Amino acid sequence: MSEQSTQIFWDAEPDLGFRVKWYTGRVLIYGALIFWALICLFPIYWTVTTSFKIAPDVMQGHLVPWVDFEPQWRGWRSLGLSPNTISETSTVREEFLKRFMNSVVISLSASMLAVMLGSLAAYGLSRFSYRFGFMRNSDISFFFLSQMILPPVVLALPFLILYKELALLDSRIGVILLYTLMVLPIVIWIMRDQFSAIPVELEEAALVDGLSIWGAFFQIVLPIALPGMVAAFILSLVLCWNEYFFAALLTSTDAKTLPVMVASQTGSQGINWWSMAALSTAAIAPLVVIGIVLERYIIKGMASGAGK
Amino acid sequence: MSMPAQSEGDKLHVVTSDHMSPGRILAGRTLVWSAAILLAVMLIVQALYEFERIPFGFENWRPVLYAYLFWAIAMGLAQVLIRGEQGKRALFVLPAVLFVVSMVIFPMLFGLYISFTDWNLASLTGRKFNGLDNFRQMLSDPFYWNALKNMVYYVAAIAVEYAIAFGLALLLNADIRARKFFRVALLLPLMLSPVAVSWMVGKSMMEIRFGPLAKLARFLGWESPSFFGTPEVARLAIMVMDAWTFIPFMMIMILAGLQALPKEVLEAAKVDGATAWQSFWEVIFPLMLPVSITAIVIRIIFKLKLADIIINVTSGGPGGATDSVTSFIFREYRDRSNVGYGTLLAMVYLVLIIVFILTLMSVVNRWMRRTNQGGNG
Repeated sequence: MSEQSTQIFWDAEPDLGFRVKWYTGRVLIYGALIFWALICLFPIYWTVTTSFKIAPDVMQGHLVPWVDFEPQWRGWRSLGLSPNTISETSTVREEFLKRFMNSVVISLSASMLAVMLGSLAAYGLSRFSYRFGFMRNSDISFFFLSQMILPPVVLALPFLILYKELALLDSRIGVILLYTLMVLPIVIWIMRDQFSAIPVELEEAALVDGLSIWGAFFQIVLPIALPGMVAAFILSLVLCWNEYFFAALLTSTDAKTLPVMVASQTGSQGINWWSMAALSTAAIAPLVVIGIVLERYIIKGMASGAGK
Repeated sequence: MSMPAQSEGDKLHVVTSDHMSPGRILAGRTLVWSAAILLAVMLIVQALYEFERIPFGFENWRPVLYAYLFWAIAMGLAQVLIRGEQGKRALFVLPAVLFVVSMVIFPMLFGLYISFTDWNLASLTGRKFNGLDNFRQMLSDPFYWNALKNMVYYVAAIAVEYAIAFGLALLLNADIRARKFFRVALLLPLMLSPVAVSWMVGKSMMEIRFGPLAKLARFLGWESPSFFGTPEVARLAIMVMDAWTFIPFMMIMILAGLQALPKEVLEAAKVDGATAWQSFWEVIFPLMLPVSITAIVIRIIFKLKLADIIINVTSGGPGGATDSVTSFIFREYRDRSNVGYGTLLAMVYLVLIIVFILTLMSVVNRWMRRTNQGGNG
């Protein structure tokens, strides 16, 4: 061991220069990364801590809990979510939970529907040659993907009237359908990539073994494409959870989602920061958790198509 | 959007006996036509009832929707009955096609119609056709043109976002420790809803008295910081918030592109004695052009929908300086309930977007072809 610890070769003068350069490079890289990570994380930190502040803490700009202010449950109490109010009935909490459930139901079902419709379409487009009138495969793909440039505002007002006539205004189903439409092109884009990466020989073998096309799709292709579907699903979930524009126009009492609730509170409560902070924290918490736990899938989803 | 028609993968070729018995074909035809007739009859009855020509009908149009759904299912079944194996293949795409057609094409046609009407939802007079009046009103509406002009600024800001995103992607692609932590941290802003961001950053951190950003600004020597007081600063503040949420998106796409770069080329550059700066500008950047363009085009598409932050932080103020087209139409509808005019504005915006994106794509394509030829020749 001792032979190894004594150094035989010493770095020559020019090599030491390299080393200094390497270290400064490291410092710069980590410095820049830490700086930007702070920019990304500070607003989240600020919101979470502010939800535990009371008025003087906010005004004096206290930042670090326990060091320069004592955390209070004020903000969470106003939502009915603090330890001492959690067992009591609270209208605010009921309202919040209703909105929260609306958001959960709407974004889960819309993402599920979009992944179902989108995967089927993407698989068909990557495997079979279609002709619908003048439209061939590439035209159909273009038709789907071109929906991405459609700004929501073009559809919003016509849908307002159509939904009124269909009695779908302020209903979860109506919002789900619109959100499905919104994320469908993205799902198709991701899934087309996934399916064309799977070799056709797999299905050919399955067909020879006597499976039907749909059987081969469900038993052979789907399990392989599952990670891609999860990625598409998570990405859709994020987009649906955060959607505000359609929800603000098309929902009022029953189907109102969380972002609409947050937005309506912003105006009315003025300087009541702690409860706004608590509400914002509760609204972003699910996605922050998803972002941390399922980061791999989100990146996979966004990266597909970029690598080519 | 024209994602360049990618290699569509190998096609699956199956030989099947496509002989259908005449009875089966007849059953399929009967099914789809009876469903279609049912739908048509309900449509006509409801329309007549709605125009008060006949005394009976449904309370709303919902039953017609159910008839449409029934027709769609019948259509799918009929495909299998009539065309057998071919029909089963069509079933993969048919649901999505029917869904998008009924959710986009039909509402668009309807929207086209209402954009030529004067339709105030709040008034009792209902809709009335007013031809090109909405269009004339648009031409003389300074706020709409102002909103369009703002969109140009907002889109231009993507250049800066792109530079930052590229830098961050390079950093994340470097040989670093705690890569996972940094990746998650840098990704998180994308997960937050614009509405939450409007409060977290726009309304609280940028609050002029107690907000930490205002404090920082004062510390840096800006005497009385106000982020939404003057038009330029307000627009900049909106740009910053939007950039904050969306930089991770471009960053991830560029990072994926960087990781897919051929290692040999980078090694070769190093062996040839290229400095880091040279290998970036002469090797990495040119190789990354296709990915960059995809990322930028998608980002432009998202940017053109920008509204949530503006609606919630400034509602277009001061004096319309931060209005995007979407937020302007939203306000126009909220204030006056005029569906007709709002829809016309949206339609014109859509046409402008399509023209813009198509021009952009063709310019990019031509330019890419020329650089490629230059590189080879």
